[in-house]
Amino acid sequence: MSQRVAIVGIAQTTFQSAKRAQNYAELVHEVVSELFTKTGATHDDVDNIVSASSDFWDGRTISNMAIQDVVGAYMKSESKVSSDGTLAVLYGMMRILSGQYKTTLVVAHSKGSEGTPNLIANAAFDPIYQRQLGIDGLSASALQARRYMEKYGVSEEEVALVSVKNLANARKNPYAQVAGEFTVDDVMQSGYLAEPIKKLEASPISDGACALLLAREDLVDRFTDKPVWLKGVGHCQDCYYLGDRDLAESEALAVAAQRAYAMAGIRDPGKEIDVAEVYDAFSYQELMWTEILGLCPRGEGVELIRSGVSTIDGTLPVNPSGGVLAAHAVIVAGLVRVAEAALQLRGEAGQHQISGVKTALAHGSFGYCGQMHCVWILSNEK
Amino acid sequence: MPKSVAIIGSGQTNHTSRRADVNIPELIKEAVDRALADADLTIDDIDAVVIGNMEHFEGINLSDMWASEGSGAVMKPAMKIATGGTTGASVAACAYYHCASGLFDRVLAIGWEKLSESDTTTGIITAFDPIVERLTLAGAVGGLAIEANLYMTSYGITQEQVAKAAVMARKNAQRNPHAHLKLDLTVEQVLHSPMIAYPIHYLDMCPTSDGACAVIFASEDVARKSAHPPAWVKAAVCRHNHPYIGDVDWRKNTLESAAIEAYRLAGITNPRRELDVIELYDPASFALLSWIESLHICGPGEGGKMIDAGAITMEGDIPVNPSGGVISTNPIGATALIRVAEAALQIQGKADARQVEGVRTALATGFGGSYWSEVFILGRTP
Amino acid sequence: MSEEVIIQHTALRIPYSWAAGAHATRFYREIAEHRRIMGTRCPRCGRVLVPARKSCSRCFQDTTEWVEVGPIGVVTSFTIVHYSEPQIQPMKPPFAIALIRLDGADTALLHLLGEVELSKIRTGMRVEPVFADEPKGHILDIRYFKPVSID
Repeated sequence: MSQRVAIVGIAQTTFQSAKRAQNYAELVHEVVSELFTKTGATHDDVDNIVSASSDFWDGRTISNMAIQDVVGAYMKSESKVSSDGTLAVLYGMMRILSGQYKTTLVVAHSKGSEGTPNLIANAAFDPIYQRQLGIDGLSASALQARRYMEKYGVSEEEVALVSVKNLANARKNPYAQVAGEFTVDDVMQSGYLAEPIKKLEASPISDGACALLLAREDLVDRFTDKPVWLKGVGHCQDCYYLGDRDLAESEALAVAAQRAYAMAGIRDPGKEIDVAEVYDAFSYQELMWTEILGLCPRGEGVELIRSGVSTIDGTLPVNPSGGVLAAHAVIVAGLVRVAEAALQLRGEAGQHQISGVKTALAHGSFGYCGQMHCVWILSNEK
Repeated sequence: MPKSVAIIGSGQTNHTSRRADVNIPELIKEAVDRALADADLTIDDIDAVVIGNMEHFEGINLSDMWASEGSGAVMKPAMKIATGGTTGASVAACAYYHCASGLFDRVLAIGWEKLSESDTTTGIITAFDPIVERLTLAGAVGGLAIEANLYMTSYGITQEQVAKAAVMARKNAQRNPHAHLKLDLTVEQVLHSPMIAYPIHYLDMCPTSDGACAVIFASEDVARKSAHPPAWVKAAVCRHNHPYIGDVDWRKNTLESAAIEAYRLAGITNPRRELDVIELYDPASFALLSWIESLHICGPGEGGKMIDAGAITMEGDIPVNPSGGVISTNPIGATALIRVAEAALQIQGKADARQVEGVRTALATGFGGSYWSEVFILGRTP
Repeated sequence: MSEEVIIQHTALRIPYSWAAGAHATRFYREIAEHRRIMGTRCPRCGRVLVPARKSCSRCFQDTTEWVEVGPIGVVTSFTIVHYSEPQIQPMKPPFAIALIRLDGADTALLHLLGEVELSKIRTGMRVEPVFADEPKGHILDIRYFKPVSID
């Protein structure tokens, strides 16, 4: 990239199963206000806005309409990415790189509590060949979990280690919704939702919002002395029909990662990345994604945990925040991965801070069984 | 200054009231195939895809995922943009920023909608705040009728003058093979058509259509090597407004604000003289008179005189909507992208029977949300 | 305070009518009239896509040839659904959803498993379709797949 763009401010709400006292515009207001307090920015400093939300989850056509005032869009340019929050960061960065804009407010919101998640998920399956089968995000992911586990010989007890690790990490994250000291046995006994996925292996559905302020290199000092630089990004979309893919693999993620690594100059991700926040909507996904991201060989995702590499005191902690398993506001969760990676790079992650972080990976996913992936490499060094 | 970007090809379906013969991905692929053929490219030449529609109109959640069966997005970077009526323009803008950022060289922008597959007005009503406005607003026509009434009574614009614009648009549509309504109308027929919401008659209003549009954007180097004359993007500007209809200040409109900024970016000081053709997002016929005032093509209240004098007809000095415009064709997610595509065709000299002679500079607009506007200016040179 | 806020309940009731397209129409006609499952072949990659499609999404090429597949196939993955969502689920939980690669196909068909003890389902299991008595032109014209009986 010829110019540089940095994250200069980060804000997120706490994530809860139902934030009844606030509508979603008020959630966005909360994070934008916090962002402005932290950075000293005002609406006058923001020259454009990119939001991410979903009409289906909001139960509203044009889901970004209600947030126009709280993001300060009056007589400004705002656009909505109807996909994961990681892509909103990318669009926000593109607008700055174009030279037309200097600062982008990136914001995502979702209130999962106000809809019926399985019905909304089922509506993503085409009505011609799939929808009447009653499939939704959970049952589709279960098909992927089994295929991955059988292909690479990973046991249910091993997959359960992800939940044990991440939900324990979440105890150190004040924004998390689900947290606790669980054993593999607790996970195993938590009851099947869709075999082999058990209750403690499925992310909750959350209410919440997250916002970032992006700024062009020459304006960074105005807002922060701890900029987080956007070093590399890649995104890629896979085939739609689950049966068209080998669900144990993800060529789309491999391609997205390759693009991000090439842009950021990463040659050995397992060595060069200090912390990773990946989109673990279900426990098995952390294993799959970390393997395909090249953080370990295929089939050895569980070894990262068992050997202590990806635990919070390891050499490459994965999801020290607790990940998506700890809080899953749809669409927002990808933006939170970027926010958490940025907090780590600023040394502001509180109790789940990893020491000496210089390079962080954030990963977002969209569509079922990871049809779309977006990978970010962030750094606190230019 | 933003990096130079051009449109190097486009394709549209033949828009109509119901395409029962194709499903959603098949409809999309028709437009994409035509755009690729127009630019002498194959899908392998495309670096990234930006797609948009409004989910509730077809009841497809994560609609870009199924769409990948026909969008060409498989194994490519792809994102979905959805902003209501402006969707097509927002998709075009996003594709533009993909190239202007320097990250991508050839980007496919797709807008589509199959409005025959549901009740469009029911879908639109869900845009409004469920707590305050939804129960009292009747889809898109309500707000437009308020604006039309205010405009016509403020300036003494007659129903006949507005009807003349409706007649002109449908006449223009007869020269456009892609147009939905190619009607041979009289002013009397428009005035005697049923009143939907005073002062808007049935024949003043846009239809609901099935259709898709695809436009290929290219970075400067690629565009210069294109086999066909490129249409260079001179300005891409977006302006948003307050979310509640009652908060909208009708005198300070987003279209005027966007146009002023677009003229500044494109170096236009006398739009009436320097623009050769306009593709205006006209959801109802009064907009053909009122909104060209916002674009500073004539003074306030002079829209009626413009149609009386024939200035905006195909034979006039500033033809508006040679394509027939939105009141002739309206597949919502594609509608604003069609404006951009048609403006590009005029620059490229590829508009066939609807070609305006000697077009060097063209303007296209998008309208949607709570009175949001997008403005593009295209030209023969970067 | 949070206990006092008003919660308004509603449902979006929007009717939809989806065009299936010519290829899905033939796919369902073949089931209704001939009790056979058809795929289409991509001329570029040569894969037989099931269910039948007008084009191959990977190659962006129109398919050119209809191929009868199965009706027997192999389960490549499955799940047993334990939660209830009566508005969308065609069977009462627990029930099994599976990916089934029909003989002669290169992709797997998403469908249900029936007439089977859930605890005995395995990947690699061979299954055959049970067709609906009164086909309606959607995916439940195959009621489900059941284990192939061993004669």
